[in-house]
Amino acid sequence: MKILSVENLSRSFGGIKANDNISFTVDEGSILGIIGPNGAGKSTLFDLITGYTKADSGKVHFFEKNIFGLSPDKISNLGVGRTFQKLKPFADQTLLENVMIGAFVKEQNIKKARDKALEIIDFVDLIEKRHHFAKELSTGQRKRLEMARAMAIEPKLLLMDEVTGGVDQKTIPSLVELIKKLKKTGVTIITIEHNINIIMEISDNVLALDQGKSIAFGSPKEIQKNKVVIDSYLGTFDAA
Amino acid sequence: MDKLIAAKSEPLWNTNNKVISIIVGLVVLLFVLPLVGLNSFYLHLFIMIFMHAVMAQSWNVIAGFSGQISLGHGAFFGIGAYATSFFYMEYGITPWISIFFGMFISGVFAVLIGIPMLRLSGHYFAIATLLIGISFQVVFQRWDLVGAASGLWITMTPEDSWIALQFHKSKLPYYYIFLVFFLISFFAVWVLSRSKLGYRLRAVRDDPQAALSLCINVSNYKIIAYVISAMIMAPMGSLFAQYILIIDPDRVFNIEISIIVLLITVLGGIGNVWGPIIGASILIPISEYSRIYLGGTGGAVDLILYGLILMIICVFRPNGLISFIPKDILERKKQR
Repeated sequence: MKILSVENLSRSFGGIKANDNISFTVDEGSILGIIGPNGAGKSTLFDLITGYTKADSGKVHFFEKNIFGLSPDKISNLGVGRTFQKLKPFADQTLLENVMIGAFVKEQNIKKARDKALEIIDFVDLIEKRHHFAKELSTGQRKRLEMARAMAIEPKLLLMDEVTGGVDQKTIPSLVELIKKLKKTGVTIITIEHNINIIMEISDNVLALDQGKSIAFGSPKEIQKNKVVIDSYLGTFDAA
Repeated sequence: MDKLIAAKSEPLWNTNNKVISIIVGLVVLLFVLPLVGLNSFYLHLFIMIFMHAVMAQSWNVIAGFSGQISLGHGAFFGIGAYATSFFYMEYGITPWISIFFGMFISGVFAVLIGIPMLRLSGHYFAIATLLIGISFQVVFQRWDLVGAASGLWITMTPEDSWIALQFHKSKLPYYYIFLVFFLISFFAVWVLSRSKLGYRLRAVRDDPQAALSLCINVSNYKIIAYVISAMIMAPMGSLFAQYILIIDPDRVFNIEISIIVLLITVLGGIGNVWGPIIGASILIPISEYSRIYLGGTGGAVDLILYGLILMIICVFRPNGLISFIPKDILERKKQR
């Protein structure tokens, strides 16, 4: 079943087409990886889907519901969670408080919200840091915080913007494992990644963007062999 | 798994028995103190501390919890003052009831002001609220129904009257009335800070964009905070009017009110329920003593001192005087 259908989504900033007629679908329970060089329009696409930026035209359906033009809070309330490329933790609050704010979406009782938040924090392997302020956490830990906070709203679809970006090489494998673990819970994931090996490892499908346009969509193997993708992004990646 | 079980078994709030004992002791002391001998000046001093602590607490809700710096909060103080005085003078309604009228009217104005204003943020919101505060003063200076610039002189009862909320023989009843309101407002904000609403307001304050991703309608929550804040401020205007029995626009809509509540909160610690209490306990005595020793309005020395203290705090203790208290004593930091 299609959880997300995007049709001809476009957005321009002045004369620059940040997203130009983007279309794709995402199957429920799958991982869609989005790749593309800097400025390809990946994060803009996330902003358009989640309502942070208003699209000029196009259609976005979450399951059967048209979510085009809805505000971000309404879209998240339908079950679309997200993380941000530029991290946005609630810096002056503890990790637990950060996740509790998400947990309050489904849990009205403060004790139940706290317990649910703790379970999610344990899931992302940060239970010992629960009383640390967000500003005291490392970049990798803050990435986990954002994942945990987004998970707390019990999303059916989770959009993750460069989970492994800006973290040290040692931390990356554990974050990749976390994404795989997350997929096993049944949540559908769309992830933006620059690390092509990670995308190929975790994705069921890959969408390649370049200069605001969709240049390819398919399985990781198909993308690796796609000449347009190789020319514009992958270079001599082992498709050669 | 063991760590998760241990974490879940932690108490929801860190109840520091020593701190609770100190608080209970202080509350009891505040109730007993006047009985063991407080002269009229000290009663007045405490009344002003209680009143300003509540006003600052009100400002703390909008600024400290939801992150909107309002520079026109004195408007709600004035609305409260005029509501009780007007309804008592015109219709003989006891201030005990019209206090709620003042809260309601303030709440309505907060919604009306908040809907357009809270679309603004940062400096723009602050400047807009500053102008709103001033405009209330200007309107009331010209509004004949409420006495225009002369204001309202509340008819004095021949004897002390709980119904009319007038006490001429002693300030003691006022002391206890302000104390009770002070404790209620403190407790209400304390509960708010630990509620789902409190968590969500802090999310709006810390990062509105991230808050949106957690199903939080940022605009609505800002308005909710503004309404709550206005409704805490209004009763202080009402009680102040009953305390001095004469109100005019220059007194109850003065921009200085908005600035002082800001100074008190920032001095004590913004975003913390204890901050306004600490700030008021320090700034109000400075203001009152400078008035006594320097005459009139204190020769503005109190304002110079305010500014000096504030500069020192901003440079050395940006989180306010509350930051001198060790973190493990501060309940919120270690709750859960």
